[in-house]
Amino acid sequence: MTNNAPETQAVLEQPAEAELQQKNKKKGSLSIFDAKILRRAVLDSFIKLDPRVQVKNPVMFVVEIGSVVTTIEFFRLLLFTAPTGAFTSAQLQSETWFVLAVAIWLWFTVLFANFAEAMAEGRGKAQADTLRKARTTTSAKRLLTSDRKGKFEEVAAPDLRKGDLILVEAGDVIPGDGEVVDGVASVDESAITGESAPVIRESGGDRSAVTGGTRVLSDWVVVKITANPGETFLDRMIALVEGASRQKTPNEIALNILITSLTIIFVLVCVSLEPFAIYSGTAVSVTTLIALLVCLIPTTIGGLLSAIGIAGMDRMVQRNVLAMSGRAVEAAGDVDVLLLDKTGTITIGNRMASRFASLPGVDERDLAHAAMLSSLADETPEGRSVVVLAKQKYGLSEEGQADATFIPFSAQTRMSGVDIAGPGASLHSIRKGAGDSVAEYVAENGGTSSAELDALVNDIARQGSTPLVVAEIQSANGKTTAARVLGVIELKDIVKSGMRERFDQMRRMGIRTIMITGDNPLTAAAIAKEAGVDDFLAQATPETKMKLIKEQQQGGRLVAMTGDGTNDAPALAQADVGVAMNTGTQAAKEAANMVDLDSNPTKLIEVVEVGKQLLITRGALTTFSISNDVAKYFAIIPAAFAVTYPQLNALNVMHLATPHSAVLSAVIFNALIIIALIPLALRGVKYRPIGAGPLLRRNLLIYGLGGISIPFIGIKIIDLILVALHLA
Amino acid sequence: MTLNSVAQVLAFVILLLVVTKPMGLYLSRVFNGERTWLSPFFVPVERVLYRISGVNHEEESSWKRYVIDMLLFSLVGMLLLYIIMRTQQWQGAFFNPQGMGAVEQRLAFNTTASFTTNTNWQNYAGEQTMTYLTQMVGLAFHNFASAATGIALAVALVRGLSRRSAQHLGNFWVDMTRCMLYILLPISIVGALVLVSQGVIQNFSPYITAHTLNGATQIIAQGPVASQEFIKNFGTNGGGFFNVNSAHPYENPNIITEYITIVSIFAIPAGLFYMFGKMVGNTRQGWVLWIVSIILCLIGVVVTLTAEQGGNPMLANLGLNQQVSATQAGGNMEGKEVRFGITQSSLFTVVTTDASCGAVNSFLDSYTPIGGLVPLINIGLGEIVFGGVGSGLYGILVFAILSVFIAGLMVGRTPEYLGKKIERKEIMMAAVAILILPASILLFSALSIVLPQGSSSIANAGPHGLTEILYAFTSANGNNGSAFAGLSGNTPYYNWTLGLAMIIGRFAFLIPVLAMAGSLVKKKVVPANLGTFPTTGPLFVTLLIGVILIVGALTYFPAYALGPIVEHLLMISGKAF
Repeated sequence: MTNNAPETQAVLEQPAEAELQQKNKKKGSLSIFDAKILRRAVLDSFIKLDPRVQVKNPVMFVVEIGSVVTTIEFFRLLLFTAPTGAFTSAQLQSETWFVLAVAIWLWFTVLFANFAEAMAEGRGKAQADTLRKARTTTSAKRLLTSDRKGKFEEVAAPDLRKGDLILVEAGDVIPGDGEVVDGVASVDESAITGESAPVIRESGGDRSAVTGGTRVLSDWVVVKITANPGETFLDRMIALVEGASRQKTPNEIALNILITSLTIIFVLVCVSLEPFAIYSGTAVSVTTLIALLVCLIPTTIGGLLSAIGIAGMDRMVQRNVLAMSGRAVEAAGDVDVLLLDKTGTITIGNRMASRFASLPGVDERDLAHAAMLSSLADETPEGRSVVVLAKQKYGLSEEGQADATFIPFSAQTRMSGVDIAGPGASLHSIRKGAGDSVAEYVAENGGTSSAELDALVNDIARQGSTPLVVAEIQSANGKTTAARVLGVIELKDIVKSGMRERFDQMRRMGIRTIMITGDNPLTAAAIAKEAGVDDFLAQATPETKMKLIKEQQQGGRLVAMTGDGTNDAPALAQADVGVAMNTGTQAAKEAANMVDLDSNPTKLIEVVEVGKQLLITRGALTTFSISNDVAKYFAIIPAAFAVTYPQLNALNVMHLATPHSAVLSAVIFNALIIIALIPLALRGVKYRPIGAGPLLRRNLLIYGLGGISIPFIGIKIIDLILVALHLA
Repeated sequence: MTLNSVAQVLAFVILLLVVTKPMGLYLSRVFNGERTWLSPFFVPVERVLYRISGVNHEEESSWKRYVIDMLLFSLVGMLLLYIIMRTQQWQGAFFNPQGMGAVEQRLAFNTTASFTTNTNWQNYAGEQTMTYLTQMVGLAFHNFASAATGIALAVALVRGLSRRSAQHLGNFWVDMTRCMLYILLPISIVGALVLVSQGVIQNFSPYITAHTLNGATQIIAQGPVASQEFIKNFGTNGGGFFNVNSAHPYENPNIITEYITIVSIFAIPAGLFYMFGKMVGNTRQGWVLWIVSIILCLIGVVVTLTAEQGGNPMLANLGLNQQVSATQAGGNMEGKEVRFGITQSSLFTVVTTDASCGAVNSFLDSYTPIGGLVPLINIGLGEIVFGGVGSGLYGILVFAILSVFIAGLMVGRTPEYLGKKIERKEIMMAAVAILILPASILLFSALSIVLPQGSSSIANAGPHGLTEILYAFTSANGNNGSAFAGLSGNTPYYNWTLGLAMIIGRFAFLIPVLAMAGSLVKKKVVPANLGTFPTTGPLFVTLLIGVILIVGALTYFPAYALGPIVEHLLMISGKAF
């Protein structure tokens, strides 16, 4: 009947867009500063002071060394230094407290950076705890034979191995990942997806995969276990959300190299400054040099970099997408081409009757009536839609015919319909189906097909709709009295609302959308035009799909796609970003680098946004961090050389009160800005699809120019407070 | 700034603009191996040269091979020059009419390093140290060779950016040969002849003893100046035939040669920008770098000119008139090129330090602190304002890649430059390259200021002395070669350290740059779309200038604060050094 066969696909109603966002919000409602997470994060900040942890982050490691050195310096001044003539006891006291203050704030700087990372991990850890509960308490019924009615033994879930057959009945928790080999059941997957509506799992086809930790609500299934304990989806998910298996992503590594080399430059700047200072007259104190160094090295981005990465993964989780690696999340931001399946993604997935087109000499109402009669017993969405249209358009009543025999669709006849026994031995047969089959059927019964019919069929096909031809045959005593084609039902593929806007948005992001469909090129072109995609691939097979991906990649483009069937698996693996639907097969899920737990194909667009957000946040904070340094120079350099060159006070444009207050204010600002930017790092800088140029201008203004000016204000305010509190 | 100053600077900018495109087109033809109008003469010559030297001119090489070839070539060139200088006493009366002795070992090392690295730092006075043959065969050869090396390496990097999914960056020997035959030699021959027509000398005469009107005796040095003079500027070398360099009337006789000098310094670097745009398929990409450069150059000129024309406040306090008028130049005339005035002196200083040309026509030590700060910053930034021949282009491309990486993330994609993704390896190499220069400058300077061998050479006390040392190592590392003066450089310590600094500044920078090119050349080119970071518009110009200035400022601000900046503040308060 149709070119593309949505029948094999789980026809799940997609939640409307608004509803989905609502849900996302609900899931994300776990506030950034949830009290429980906060408490754990504070504790973790101290645990992370361990140098073995810090050494992985060169920028913060330098700060930690600085903290240790200034702390030692404080004790040296406090315990082992006596005032001399040139260095009065008042001066010593003031210097000692200054060193202590700097030391404390340097420790805070490290702690704040640790805190940021701990906060980012916190939400994932909380989620992991919940998931673990689903894992721990399961036991399984292992079948001893393949007969489901046969004997089984109770074993603990961790004892299950690949290939074991288990019986899961209503109320049982599925003990591990597997494939349904027998039976059908409704399954509650909310433990994993957060979605409370149950889903159907059955043997064979693309709905056979079950996930450990989910619960069977009704009926039973026999499951063949496909993953050993520790390798299950749930295990992987726990590891992912917890960040235990987190690898630094390529871009993060590159950025780390950059900020490390900046750190080296600033170490050299500060190291070489001391000889220059000695030549100029007075050595700069170790504390001031360290303060200068810490202020100059990019601590803001250095402290927040890993938090940004973790939070990016977490944002994916909140959108119910499991990214198997951070690399995939990053790649999502780079995507140039989106391959979208037409059915279920761009169109609603069900063709709906939209028009009755009768042939000349046939009343449209008769056609509608015949079409309705033939569809009354047809429970497919298409069939229902015919009845609905007939009722709406012609006010026909849905009165059943007592003596009707429903003829179901078969692959041989490629038609369905109804035979209605009339008075006497008369029979009224109505058939609907593909044009050539119905024409043949009419011809067999002595009727004729017409050129008008061909024209009508082609016309409808060209518009991207599916023509369904309706014919009727009157017979009496087995003899045909009349056979004629009535007309055509136009079944239209309905494009989801809002898709055109989304594609326009993608275009502004610089992403091309390509629609994949099994339809013929004519139909595909019409739908592509209606939906507003840039291009389409018609009569797609797994091979042509693969070829398309490779072609695009050859041209330097990054390709993203979604899929759920086993035959999608190679393409999912080939694509740079492959998102598998959770409802899909195990093979698809394994080939993909992301799994969408909501099984919503339009999610790809959000995935891209999260990827971009991740990169933007890193770039914004790097730019901010580097531009910050300008103000810090103006604070510290005049202060450091106040004795040697009082004239340098001309550079003290912020008019900071004393050398001590100037240095301390810069250090405090440097520490507090990390705390202040934690929410931004965790939430991410908002992505706007306004094109790269305007976006860059905007972000440069905010984070570049802002980065230069904000510290001038911030340091001044801190200085004023320090003076007001008589702390410096 | 007077109207007169503005007109002089404007004339320079216009001349440069006129030269850029023809030069760029010619360069791109030469390095793409296309036919030029000189091909009928030089293609046979090329063939013979390749046959003699056994170079397969159709074979291209990877970045490693390219680097090794370049290092070998430079090493052999170094040894040759060293031998020439150490044996020049035997060159005979024709080439050595003054009977110069062998150049002292350490000075010879320093000079060798200096000329091989396109630095042309001179710890000697040419007319008192070098024979005519040493000048011509030893030094002038390197004026050509080091320039060609720089250009070849820049072309290799451009190939890295313009080729897609390739392996090779070109053939070093072919690039060198073509650069010499088609660009440097013919233009330098014509240029030298033009200079001769303006009064630059070219002879092998013994020095002339003249009797002045005052009755004093003066020895006037002679020599083959013109042949060395044009390439000195055109190849951004800067090593003068005479000690006073372009302030000597035999090197730079009049205002026409003055303009020929400054335009020829920027001619190849500006042309290379155009060539770059042409080779990557979008000339706007090249013009962007041109615009960034001209803006930074003009900022430098305006600051220097304002500082110098403003004069010394301490003299103003004594009631001296330093205003410009019809009868006096005004401002700070100390150490200036008196024939051409403050504007030409300042312009010359900024241009030579923007580029890696160590030529000088005035005495930087006598500039106001701010006037002296500008050339220091120019070199410290890595000479990327047009820059040295070749080194300017690859220097600014490293900055462009860095800018794209830092800010490019803010458009939400893995940063890419000209469609090439900037990833770990590129950033690693760019970071190393950017790190080398300040590391070497700051550490050598810091060492020199605390060691007695270093600090004893300083002529002036206080911040001015620090500036002298900073300038010496900045100039050496940046391969500029201009001297701030005031520092006695011809000591064993400085011959060694400055020589090392020059070698580090050249080769330790080049190797990571070529490694980056080797990684870039393998990459695919991502087609540009709306989401691509734009690298042609005013936004990129602003960004690139911002990154260059901020990275530069952050690196050198503390050192400069204790040098020229505080000196300036002290001068305002009435203290000079």
